[in-house]
Amino acid sequence: MRILWRTTVPGPPLDTTLARDTGLVCLADGIVGVSFGAASVAGGLPWWVPVALSVLVFAGGSQIAAVGVVLAGGSPLAAVAAGAVLNTRLLPYGLAVADLVRPAGLDGDSRAHRLRGQQVSRHQVSRRWARLARQLVGTHLITDESVAFALRQPDPARRRAAFWTCGVALFAVWNVAVLLGVLAGSMIKDTNAFGLDATFPAVLLALALPALKSRSIRVAAGTGAVLAVALTPVLPAGLPLLAALGGLASRWNGWRNWLVRVTSSEVPTGDPR
Amino acid sequence: MMPLPAIVVLAVVTYGLRLTGPLLRGRVTVPAAAERLFADAATVLLIALAATSALTEGHGFAGWARPSGVLVGGVLAARRAPFPVVVIAAAGVTALLRLAGVP
Repeated sequence: MRILWRTTVPGPPLDTTLARDTGLVCLADGIVGVSFGAASVAGGLPWWVPVALSVLVFAGGSQIAAVGVVLAGGSPLAAVAAGAVLNTRLLPYGLAVADLVRPAGLDGDSRAHRLRGQQVSRHQVSRRWARLARQLVGTHLITDESVAFALRQPDPARRRAAFWTCGVALFAVWNVAVLLGVLAGSMIKDTNAFGLDATFPAVLLALALPALKSRSIRVAAGTGAVLAVALTPVLPAGLPLLAALGGLASRWNGWRNWLVRVTSSEVPTGDPR
Repeated sequence: MMPLPAIVVLAVVTYGLRLTGPLLRGRVTVPAAAERLFADAATVLLIALAATSALTEGHGFAGWARPSGVLVGGVLAARRAPFPVVVIAAAGVTALLRLAGVP
């Protein structure tokens, strides 16, 4: 076990199911990436916008949402807001995979050095920097797919292997695909003839549909969509989308109960009355 | 237009959201209700953006070809078709309708 934890490419060999699933997800995301790059350029954005978004943000849904807002004439601020709201889910993801993001053996080593009271050599310092760098890279690789694959694995070593394999593969495939899409989009003259403009909404729909499990979220999403479409002719672009969040008001009862619970649990018990 | 500073802001916010979990080293859990609120807000935004980008162009109607393609893609997605099938079907249906003269 110790040896497994210390290897750089961590864990036992990936089982074939995981390798196959990772390949399929990469293929799917690759096609979305090509259409994202092509549709962004076709919509009139310069080539570096989808490329920079893909490298720096690396979260497909928010990239598509941000570009969608801008292409509809919305302000960059509205685009950033929409993308940021979509990415709030990365916070709980980060909590779920916190142990996998850090390279194996980090805690064990530093604790051992402290215990022995050894002086830290230059070699060890550089190794620490290398680990920090890997942790920062690992953080960037937190996505729906890498987290989902990691959490499906039965033991920590395999979780780590799945997270890193899927994360690195997706980052490579996603960025190459977006580049290819940008190239394709700038070569095709009439992109509307290929129906590229239908790919953004279709992808967004496919991303959201699995979440529409309960009646209340379906009501909230339906209300939001109707609000946004109805307000599009009259409001400046970008605002109808934020107005859609008003659809969440239909779930207000659930939150009010939660807020009451949270605040009442924080009130000190010695109430003067 | 999407200026570089806007991209950088979105990138920094996104990285911050990713980093919070590992920094807290999993010692903290997000309250289930707050997590659901985030998830619900994201779902509402996705559906609203899908609806507006399928149906509208500027301040007006986008024409029938695009929403028809999106509808076919959505039905396929609801039937758990793989992502590539959804994307290609949506683009294909829209392209064919335009070829047939539907705006």
